[in-house]
Amino acid sequence: MSFEYAPAPESRTVVSIKAKYGHFIGGKFVAGNKHFPTINPATEEVLSQIALAGKAEVDAAVKAARKAYTTTWSKMSGRERGKYLFRIARIMQERSREFAVLETLDNGKPIRESRDTDIPLAAAHFFYHAGWADKLEYAGLGTVTKAHGVAGQIIPWNFPLLMLAWKVAPALAAGNTVVLKPAESTSLTALLFAEVCQQAELPAGVVNIVTGDGSTGALIVNHPGIDKIAFTGSTEVGKLIARAVAPTSKSVTLELGGKAANIVFEDAAIDEAVEGIVNGIFFNQGHVCCAGSRLLLQENIAEEVLEKLKVRMAKIRVGDPMDKNTDLGAINSKEQLNKITELTATGDSEGAQRWSAPCELPGKGFWFAPTIFIGVTQTHRIAREEIFGPVLSVLTFRTPQEAIDKANNTPFGLSAGIWSDKGSKILWASSQLRAGVIWANTFNKFDPTSPFGGYKESGWGREGGRHGLSAYLKGASHE
Amino acid sequence: MKFFGLVDGSDSSLRKFLASLPAVDQVGADSRAAMLATRSIKASSKRWAIDTAIRMVDLTTLEGADTRGKVEALCTKAVRPDPTNPDVPSVGAVCVYNDMVGIARTHLDLIGGQHVGVAAVSTAFPSGRASMSVKIQDTQDAIDAGASEIDMVIDRGAFLSGNYIDVFNEIVAIREICGDKAHLKVIFETGELVTYDNVRKASFLAMAAGAHFIKTSTGKVAPAATAPVVLVMLEAVRDFYAMTQVRIGVKPAGGIRTTKDAIKQLVLVNETAGPDWLTPSLFRIGASALLNDLLMQRMKMDDGYYASPQYVTID
Repeated sequence: MSFEYAPAPESRTVVSIKAKYGHFIGGKFVAGNKHFPTINPATEEVLSQIALAGKAEVDAAVKAARKAYTTTWSKMSGRERGKYLFRIARIMQERSREFAVLETLDNGKPIRESRDTDIPLAAAHFFYHAGWADKLEYAGLGTVTKAHGVAGQIIPWNFPLLMLAWKVAPALAAGNTVVLKPAESTSLTALLFAEVCQQAELPAGVVNIVTGDGSTGALIVNHPGIDKIAFTGSTEVGKLIARAVAPTSKSVTLELGGKAANIVFEDAAIDEAVEGIVNGIFFNQGHVCCAGSRLLLQENIAEEVLEKLKVRMAKIRVGDPMDKNTDLGAINSKEQLNKITELTATGDSEGAQRWSAPCELPGKGFWFAPTIFIGVTQTHRIAREEIFGPVLSVLTFRTPQEAIDKANNTPFGLSAGIWSDKGSKILWASSQLRAGVIWANTFNKFDPTSPFGGYKESGWGREGGRHGLSAYLKGASHE
Repeated sequence: MKFFGLVDGSDSSLRKFLASLPAVDQVGADSRAAMLATRSIKASSKRWAIDTAIRMVDLTTLEGADTRGKVEALCTKAVRPDPTNPDVPSVGAVCVYNDMVGIARTHLDLIGGQHVGVAAVSTAFPSGRASMSVKIQDTQDAIDAGASEIDMVIDRGAFLSGNYIDVFNEIVAIREICGDKAHLKVIFETGELVTYDNVRKASFLAMAAGAHFIKTSTGKVAPAATAPVVLVMLEAVRDFYAMTQVRIGVKPAGGIRTTKDAIKQLVLVNETAGPDWLTPSLFRIGASALLNDLLMQRMKMDDGYYASPQYVTID
């Protein structure tokens, strides 16, 4: 007899999903014109119909945001703005179970992660920025800073509510009003957040949420009534946005793709490094822009680490995201699954050795077993391109300098990981790596006080901390 | 091969072996243990875990006030933890001081508890501060009185001052006395070794010296069997098996009082050393209060409500 964990599903009765949603404009839900379905990627069940915002809706949202900015939000003291943010943060905590369940249903990520990471961190971002609202002059960004006005924000599907919090909280704290568009496959928690705004009695128009696809995003980016664009998503779209706003007076911050190196030196604490490798690439199904998707192993320990990594990967529990014991959930969409399948096929054809954890994948929904490719070199496509899935490319190096050279040899530069028991080596390596976030002996740790953002094609600007705040203030001294 | 071919018994080879072990990162070990503590064990898996945990309990009394009456009562409970329900399995062993071994063995045999072992704490438990000849005599007495398991303490002073070879030689000597009569459990008192690096070192040292089991604590020092300490020891037995093809057991002791605590331990075993270790011959839990909580939870699963504490026996 063995220790099989009985199903431990979280109850979905805590959420009530409407059959159809509209947009949230000027403090009210307004009906949409066209709609498209949003599905649960773990079951392909249609959860609801989401409205597709066209020009009229985006215009109305920008108009509402402008009005709220001129008549209310820009006139309000920082202390009063802070009160609203605190209130939102507390309501998010109170309704955290609802948010977690909804996020997991809509996104496919395990309930353990939405419950323990996404939602608590989202609330933490509101708490953190609530504290800044009345202290902007003391943020070390200069004393004559001013809000931009209306911020247009476009967020991705990998951390729907958390990315909303990263965008909305600093914008409101700094005194901007916002028009936000969630990703087309994951709009539900943003629409629940709109309810929270109503519950917190946030003045109408301070937060406006329009749903839709890339065409809605383009309307926001190109809207003349918007002063600042903040985008998180692919480098491809980031470049389009950079081109679109270049001839305008809009400010822009971009948080784009990555292909992070996770470097394990011979003197690392091996068991914890293995944990970190797993967390680095399999957290959130690898749908993480800062995922540690390139594992760089010192050659003299490579075999031992890979042996242990396979043993550990065999323990990853893949399946129903609503089960509290699930470690790896569903791939967010059919398109994403196709992309992962296609890129991994090039790994095979270019001669890397594929190894997948032995696990049973559910029949319905979109699934990909945790996978590593061994024998990958810098010239493999799977070492260059972002896969954005539970797929790890394993490379080796001989000397510390070689590790740094390989880690930096990418157009990206969002994050990196260093595993070593030697403090001096960690300090040296982190000063050499060209990446915005560097973790030492850990990976994928996030905190609202810590600025996050990329070098090179991984983005412009930072989110979180004082640096992130400066992106929402005109005339900030180190913007 | 002596010492599994890992060391040759010399100070230098032992030092080299211990220095070759990878470090443990405390933050990482803590967070892995914390993550595994979030596992939700329900329904049939909970039922299985409760019965397995009961079979793994080393039901313990280690008090200056222990008497024949107390030890015999403990033995009765060990054999039939729930007198109203014969389906409840016996515990793994009773754990007593050296001078109570004879009493325990005789009483267990008398009441049909031949299958329940008697573990004797040994080598000047709990401090380990006595001469080698006293420690040897201590162990010999327990085995002569019928102990089938010896829970020895290591000399933490020697370990912390870097005299690993002294610790090693003591374990080797006690293991020789145990021969094939008794299983040897080696207690580290991890609350005194403090760092996880020390726990890993002590684990490999004891395993190379011939321990059958490695055990966290005496129960007299806090913290005792914390989840990350048990995690590090489970990683050690897993890696030792990969090196030698020999499975060493693990016994957390001290601070495990509730069913929830015990189930967390079983999850640690399942996801670290693996399901092969989920047997009383490779995993024991040293406890006294735990057994009653396991019985209460077992009744609750049967009846659907919590019984009054008066439905479980106090000793």
